[in-house]
Amino acid sequence: MDDMKDIYLLIVLAPLLGSAIAGLFGKYIGRSGAHWVTIIGVATSTILSLIVFKDIVIDGAPVFNETIYTWMVVDGVRFEVGFLVDSLTAMMMVVVTFVSLMVHIYTIGYMHDDPGYQRFFSYISLFTFSMLMLVMANNFMQLFFGWEAVGLVSYLLIGFWYKKPTAIYANLKAFLVNRVGDFGFLLGIAAVLMYFNSLDYADVFAAAPLMQDMTMQVIPGQDWSLMAVIGILLFIGAMGKSAQVPLHVWLPDSMEGPTPISALIHAATMVTAGIFMVARMSPLYELSETALSVILVIGSITALFMGLLGIVQNDIKRVVAYSTLSQLGYMVVALGASAYAAGVFHLMTHAFFKALLFLAAGSVIIAMHHEQDMRNMGGLKKYMPITYWTMLIGSLALIGFPGFAGFFSKDAIIEAVHHSEIAGAGFAYFSVVVGVFITAFYSFRMFFLVFHGKERMDEHTRSHIHESPWVVTVPLIALAIPSIIIGAIYIGPMLFGDFFTGAIFVLPEHDVLGEIGQGYSGWGGFILHGMQGIAVYLALAGAGAAWYLYMKRPDIPTMFKEKLSIVYKVLDNKYGFDDFNEKFFAGGSRRLGGALWGVGDVKIIDGFVVNGTAKGVVWLAGVLRNLQSGFLYHYAFAMIIGLLLLIILFVMTIG
Amino acid sequence: MPFAIPNYNVAIPEMFVLGMACLVLIVDLFLTERSRTVTYLLSQATMVGAAVLTLTTYSQEVVLAFSGTFVRDAMGDVLKAFIYLSAFIVFLYAKPYLQARKLFKGEFYVLGLFGVLGMMVLVSAHSLLTVYLGLELLALSLYAMVALQRDSIFASESAMKYFILGALASGMLLYGMSMLYGATGSLDLGEISREVATTKMELVMVFGLVFIVVGLAFKLGAVPFHMWMPDVYQGAPTAVTLYIASAPKIAAFAMVIRLLNDGLYGLHMHWQDMLVILAILSMAVGNIFAIAQFNLKRMLAYSTIAHMGYLLLGILTGSGDGYAAAMFYTLSYALMSLGGFGMIILLSRAGFEADRLDDFKGLNERSPWYAFMMLILMFSMAGVPPFLGFWAKVSVLRELIHVDMTWLAIVAVVFSIIGAFYYLRIVKLMYFDKAEDNSEIKQDLDLHVALSANSLGILVLGIMPGPLMALCASAIGVM
Amino acid sequence: MIQLSDYLIVSAILFGLSVAGIFLNRKNMIILLMSIELMLLAVNINFIAFSYYLGDTAGQVFVFFILTVAAAEAAIGLAILVVLFRNRRTINVQDMDSLKG
Repeated sequence: MDDMKDIYLLIVLAPLLGSAIAGLFGKYIGRSGAHWVTIIGVATSTILSLIVFKDIVIDGAPVFNETIYTWMVVDGVRFEVGFLVDSLTAMMMVVVTFVSLMVHIYTIGYMHDDPGYQRFFSYISLFTFSMLMLVMANNFMQLFFGWEAVGLVSYLLIGFWYKKPTAIYANLKAFLVNRVGDFGFLLGIAAVLMYFNSLDYADVFAAAPLMQDMTMQVIPGQDWSLMAVIGILLFIGAMGKSAQVPLHVWLPDSMEGPTPISALIHAATMVTAGIFMVARMSPLYELSETALSVILVIGSITALFMGLLGIVQNDIKRVVAYSTLSQLGYMVVALGASAYAAGVFHLMTHAFFKALLFLAAGSVIIAMHHEQDMRNMGGLKKYMPITYWTMLIGSLALIGFPGFAGFFSKDAIIEAVHHSEIAGAGFAYFSVVVGVFITAFYSFRMFFLVFHGKERMDEHTRSHIHESPWVVTVPLIALAIPSIIIGAIYIGPMLFGDFFTGAIFVLPEHDVLGEIGQGYSGWGGFILHGMQGIAVYLALAGAGAAWYLYMKRPDIPTMFKEKLSIVYKVLDNKYGFDDFNEKFFAGGSRRLGGALWGVGDVKIIDGFVVNGTAKGVVWLAGVLRNLQSGFLYHYAFAMIIGLLLLIILFVMTIG
Repeated sequence: MPFAIPNYNVAIPEMFVLGMACLVLIVDLFLTERSRTVTYLLSQATMVGAAVLTLTTYSQEVVLAFSGTFVRDAMGDVLKAFIYLSAFIVFLYAKPYLQARKLFKGEFYVLGLFGVLGMMVLVSAHSLLTVYLGLELLALSLYAMVALQRDSIFASESAMKYFILGALASGMLLYGMSMLYGATGSLDLGEISREVATTKMELVMVFGLVFIVVGLAFKLGAVPFHMWMPDVYQGAPTAVTLYIASAPKIAAFAMVIRLLNDGLYGLHMHWQDMLVILAILSMAVGNIFAIAQFNLKRMLAYSTIAHMGYLLLGILTGSGDGYAAAMFYTLSYALMSLGGFGMIILLSRAGFEADRLDDFKGLNERSPWYAFMMLILMFSMAGVPPFLGFWAKVSVLRELIHVDMTWLAIVAVVFSIIGAFYYLRIVKLMYFDKAEDNSEIKQDLDLHVALSANSLGILVLGIMPGPLMALCASAIGVM
Repeated sequence: MIQLSDYLIVSAILFGLSVAGIFLNRKNMIILLMSIELMLLAVNINFIAFSYYLGDTAGQVFVFFILTVAAAEAAIGLAILVVLFRNRRTINVQDMDSLKG
């Protein structure tokens, strides 16, 4: 057991070490030094994670749950650093380290000319470390540490190009929105600490069933179920991280960061932290149907409505971003339906094909000289074949084309929701089914606009388009393979086998996957079964519609845009979430952002931070400092006033 | 009348420091400008030797000596050890700074050593007389040190202000002591403690207590007896500010415990409320005034005022755990403050004082390592986990909640959020602004090593605060 | 017969005078030093009076220490004053406000 402990420590610390070296000594080790040291760190983690995966999942080694270091003990509550490694963790570790490794390699090409090269590598390695801490935690405190660290690095990375005002704006937005979520999350942890008096997962999960009927009174006279309150509070945190309505607004804007970050953080890893957390907390969530219903409804709203937004986007990365939002909605729906395994399964397949889509989009962006508007692309198929084919694979996986990874996970979710009897399941089923059509439609809209049709770019750009270098294409290919096959391989064990036994807990009356599993007969059978459902045909119809509308009759979308301008406007404004938030919370939208631009680039932070109460305090401080007049007799006078005050307050009252 | 030989053993470290201070004073006379390093080395050797003498005889036992005017206990020994450590670090940091300004003279070290002796007496005081003597020995050394840079109008002005206000405060303290003496008939703190518990002269005692609290508040720099601090911190040469801001605060903590707990615990209900007022005012004034500062030394002075407010929170609980938390806070504060002023010294050079906030702009470009070190210091002072300052605040607040003063804990948290603003502003300046001067940081190797160790120590202690906390708890005598 | 309280009142008056001297005087720095001496003397009267009426010598011993310290304090105070005068060519309390805020 001891050598395993060392391995886990090494997995976590290798990226941290790489990050520290690249960050602190970046100047001395140079650009190649920075990428080598971080890649070696992350590669070590990846290989070891694969070994751990084999050990735990394939060889069935016992679950590792040990404290590595006791930070402190306060009133009997232990604050510890510890690892819980079971099948769920092992899977997450592999996904995180593998995607991260691909992104590291890809970054060499993408950030080739960027002056902040070393800083970038330092950040993404640090991110990998934080994410590993998060998934390997065996207690709430470490979970929170990872949670916040991931948020912090994400904040740094979105604002990586800190001279770009929109990037600063976006990272501020991400930061603030995530603070809202974290506030809920922290309250949830506080509630756990208060009622369970422990932060250790094992203790809390063991004690949870005894607490099922417990109520708490937040507002006097109102009895709230404790488990529901804890569940919903923790889920608010997940809503922030996993970008669920209405805390989703930061994710599309986060596309201001460099593309590798969009792939690493905003597709594959960080946004899945919320999903992972809910799955990890399944013993708690199972005890509250109220919390599950909330999750289900929020997830279905996200899945359906965020997908619709993808249709009107013209920025290639934003399309992918909205598809991420919608897919996260699917995962959350699965969690709400108690099909945690399906949610996590979709998380895994999605990590691969979404990272693939992002990196492919990035490859296109490199070729187009950092042009991201799809209206200026088209016909790229013949210039960049590898990108084309890998993008096609990614898109097919995303829409759930039979046989591809996304098909298995998405179909499992749809089936699970269909079987669920929890409140809101009807609406959720409608959302996920319609969502399939929408997903297919916008995915292929993007695909056709970019790779087929007329070449709409200018002459200068066209003459420079060429396939990306190998550091870019190799990760694409390496991600394309699992995007095809991983679904078929793992659907059996993960959904219907005992892959997650002991890691995920489902009450028998909620066990929708078990119900589906009774009719399960291998992945081939699952495909055949899926072919009989409506979802596959909706997906094909969506892709077909995209082809017809954007390739055959491009006039129709334009007509739609004119005739249904109200609908278009609502979608284009993202249902007004941003406007609402900004007018309501920030007092000035980006469309009024001209003012912000005018005020000055980087000063937005200044402007923002100083605003509001802070401004008041600063003003107060400026006025008050005149009290420190510099005159000795004023100083002495202050002391004497203080003395007299104390005498009056304490001596005179005795008399 | 039998003549008993006092138990000199308990005061061996004090005698050693006194002897060495005199030795340094004399040796320095015979040194030329170039061999001045000998003075420096002798001073450092004094600190090391004193530490050895104190630590080798460390025990939990309480020993009284010199007719009960002097006490030796675990708390005193631990505090003294940290005083030596602080003074050692101060001497080390100060050397290049003094050399660059032609201040590298024996006076600094002799006064520094006498100041340390004063602190040691203060820490071990068990009578009003020894409290006063220790206090004055320390204060007189400090006045002279502030004025050490004789050609600076700022230094001499701040020395004068410090002197007048300090004398006023010690006059008030003495007046309070005379009242206590009148009410209890003794100067011995143990005797006073017994008298306080039984006396009926509550009025006189509380009257004296008010004056004593004023004297203590001045020494700590609690509002409204803080006015000297910003001016002195800014006006004094940074090497001296470094000295004033670190070790004397440890001694002041000991003085508060000796007087208020060892002597006047019977009046706890009275002094608790006084300290509540001082603490709230200190946290408010310190944190708010600091925001309006452009000079880092001045800003750190206000930040110290705020820290003293938090320190008082621990003391006013009147419980052993509370004292332990306050002691932990004091030691953490001393380490952070050494690092903070050390950074100013690091960036300063002959003819240039890096004490404006703007001097830290773009530090990340100039030296990512020291930007990171400063980040640790600022985060720690702001109380961000997992740095040392966070645990200091948490432990103090926890003790407050234990004595059912949750409202005060909430007030403290609110002010610390306000305080976070100006600490984080420095981090922002270092990482997001462009540097104004891009000159290379050239300093001696020992300064580099010590400063890095200082900052990293804060990080390490923040990651594992357990041992230091346990040390404080065992020194105070709670388990 | 002079009561203990008489001594205490005298001492309190002296103490009050010296405090007033410190914050009312805005001209000559030397008056501040004199006020400080006065304050210490007020305390000394207290100690001696208490010592006499309590029949305890410790208070008188304390007075000797205070006197000694006061001498040292005056020496340092005057030294700082000289430095200050050299730098600024004035010992006017009102002129001393280059550090503030």
